[in-house]
Parts: sequence; structure tokens; C-alpha cells
Amino acid sequence: MRIAPLLLVAAVVQVTVLGGTRLLWAEPDLLLVTVVCIALSAGSIPGAFAGFAGGILVDVMTLGTLGTTSIVLTLAGYWAGRYGETTGRGRRYAPALAAFAISILAGLGEVALHFLLGEPVAAGDALVTAIPSAILAAVLALGVIRLTDAMLSAPQGLERARQVELV
Amino acid sequence: MLGVSVRRHTDGKLSPRTTASLRRRLVVGGLVLLSLVLVTVSFRENGDGPLAGAQSAGAAVLRPFQVAADRVAKPFRDAYGWTSSLVDARSDAARLERENELLRQQVAERRLALRENATLRRLLQYRNGPRFPEGYSGLAAAVISRPAGAYAQAIVVAAGRKDGIRVDDPVVTQDGLVGKVSRVSSRTARVTLLTDDASAASALDVETQAFGIVRSGDGPRAPLRLDRVPKEARVRVGDTVATSGWSSPRLSSLYPRGVRIGQITSVGRTDTDLYTQVQVTPFADLSALEAVLVLIPVDRGATAP
Repeated sequence: MRIAPLLLVAAVVQVTVLGGTRLLWAEPDLLLVTVVCIALSAGSIPGAFAGFAGGILVDVMTLGTLGTTSIVLTLAGYWAGRYGETTGRGRRYAPALAAFAISILAGLGEVALHFLLGEPVAAGDALVTAIPSAILAAVLALGVIRLTDAMLSAPQGLERARQVELV
Repeated sequence: MLGVSVRRHTDGKLSPRTTASLRRRLVVGGLVLLSLVLVTVSFRENGDGPLAGAQSAGAAVLRPFQVAADRVAKPFRDAYGWTSSLVDARSDAARLERENELLRQQVAERRLALRENATLRRLLQYRNGPRFPEGYSGLAAAVISRPAGAYAQAIVVAAGRKDGIRVDDPVVTQDGLVGKVSRVSSRTARVTLLTDDASAASALDVETQAFGIVRSGDGPRAPLRLDRVPKEARVRVGDTVATSGWSSPRLSSLYPRGVRIGQITSVGRTDTDLYTQVQVTPFADLSALEAVLVLIPVDRGATAP
């Protein structure tokens, strides 16, 4: 529940303020970065829930097809969480790296999904903005991760060893 | 399960690690499945159904947040838009500057073409007029090279041997004598101007019929001088000087008779000089020639200076 306000703010800001904004060919995606950072701070299951909820919020606010954004963000949150639980655990560059990679994958996923739904998508435009947007996401992640770490000081979904098994 | 290294407890229960992994996958799978169901239902409803109603209700609930965020962000967005428009305006200015440069160049080219047209028209009028010397045909030629310096009083015209031009052919404009052809190639010809030190043309004062030889002055910017005018000859400031060409059945002068050269601007006599010192300003602006007429004798014969 601690992540709910953060998600709401990120989703509202994304839809109201940042939607359609371009900064030097980059399209900022604060919600994606927030989901990635929540997942890195709290784990894969909270990350997946955060992605799903954030996606639903966006789809509701934009009156778009429900579920399209949440599929992408759910998978993004899950992958970021798994990365944080395994390879990226305790690494300083993990947020930036995860945000960079997931931003590109999420962009491609959104294009593919909208294409499958028969909605008009500009794949060329998405490809042009993919790398700058990923760089911007990496930069944003360095700031957002501090916020999520502070808010989620006791990671809820992180797998902690509760018992030791001797083999 | 073959090939799967799942460690099982002796009592048949899954280990906590495996349970967590299964739970993770179930949660993600469930959420993705739920999203897919939402996508399918929402897509099929096409904005008219219970899900769409719920979505509208949700949007109505979230609308105040959106309005508030919009109000808070508006000044920042305006500032960003202003900055962005400045950048766009700068690039627009650069583009317009390039277009302006191109248009200015086109205007200059058209002005030059108009001026050249006017010059050629004047040459044509002169060629068809009564002042044009008899026994010659006029070949209009554009000047493609001008004097490169103070000591090179020559121009190059865009007509040559293939156009019928030969060395020593007189060159004029509608204003007056320019010089004579000194070199010819197939498509171009070099014209030595009257202001060159090597130039000379027999001339006379049209009003008093006083003879002399027009030569270059003291420098390229100084007027011409009418040399070899006897002291007793009458010449006055303001008189017109023209060529005094002659012709005989076998020989003729280089320059035809009656081609205007210039106007007398100064007359001086001293006791020690043998001749009157007469300065002449050429009618033709030899420093700004754009097109000239090369006089080609209709019946080429032997000529003498």
C-alpha cells in the first residue's frame, strides 16, 4: 500500500504532464521508471503488481483499451524485480541499467501490442526515440530509486533467507 | 519430473524456495492473464459495456488529480513550450536566412540580366542607327573578363575567330570607341582598351577639325590625351573628339571615321612644348563595360593604322 500514492502520482504526471513531451528526441516515461524502481526496491511480485496497477491507471485515465499498458508494465516490473533479486542485487548501476534495457523492451512491446490490436502505430518513430528515451529513463531511475528506497525501506517482496538448508 | 532438479522434502512438500518461485510465476501469469482478459473484453466492448462504464467511472474519479496536476504543471509546461519555441524559432530563422540569401542571389542575377538586356538593346539601337559606321557589321559580345590591374588595360569578350573576329578589329559601344582586338582565339578575343599605353587612334576635334592622336593619359584613371595637336590648331574645352579614319581603294585606317571617342576637358599650351596639351574624357565608361560591339569589316581588305 505504500507504493500506491507513488504510483498514482507517477501515473497522473505521466498522463497529464509528460505525455507527448519530447526532450531532445527522448520521450520521458516516469511511470515505467517508477515501476522499475519499485520492483528493484521491493521485489518482483510487488513490481509486477505495481506495473499492473500503474498500467490500469494509465488506461483508465486515457480511456484507452484496458490492459494494454498493464501487460507491458507488469512484465517490466517482474523482470526488473527478478534482476534486483538476482544479478543486480546491491549493484549501484542496477537501476540505470534496468531502466535503460526495460525502456527499450517496453517500447518495442507496446508497438507490437498496438500493432496486434490493429491500432495505428509509428514503428519508425518508436525506433528513433527508443535509445534517447532509454538514456533518459536511466537518468531518471538514478533519482527515482532513492525515493523508492526511502519509501520502501523494508523490502516486502525481497526473498530473504528464512531458513538455511544444509545439503 | 525428469530433468528438473527440484529438491523435495522427505515429507513430499515443496521447499520454500520452490514455493516462492511458483508463487512469483503464478502472480505474474495471473496478472498478465488478467490484462489479456481486460484487453479482450475492452476491445470487444468497443466503448459500450460494463467494463467501459467502470473505466469511465474510474476516469471520473481520477479526473480531479489530472486537473490538479495539469494546473500545477501548466507554468512549467508553458516555460518548456516557450523555450522549445525559441529553439524552433532559431532554426526557422536559420532556414529563412538561407532562403533569403538564395532569393537575394536570384534577384541580383535577374538585375544583372536586366542590365545586360538594356545594354545589348542600346548596342542594337546604335548598330541600327545613323551613327553606326558604314562598311562594318557589328557583332555584340559580352565582356567576360575585365582589367585585372592598373597595368592590364584589356578586356576579354565572349566571341572569337569562329564568329568572324580578327586581330585589329575596332571595338565600340553605343557611347564611343573602346579599343581594338589584340588577340583572338576560337571563342574569345582580347580587346586592348584605348587607355592602354600601346593604344593610339588618329582623331579630330569634330567642331574645329583639328587633328591629333588619341593616346592613354597619365594613368589608367586619368583621361585620354589628344597628342600631336599643333599649337596653332583651335581646340576648345567641351568639343567632341572622334576618330578621323580614312580609306582608299587599297588601304584603310584601323578605325572607321566618325566614331566618337570623348570630350575635351582641358587644353594647355606652354612656350616650350611643340604641341597643345589636350586632355580627353572618354564617352564610354571603360571601367564598367558589360557588352561591346566588335566592328567587322564587311569587305575585309588591307588596313593601316
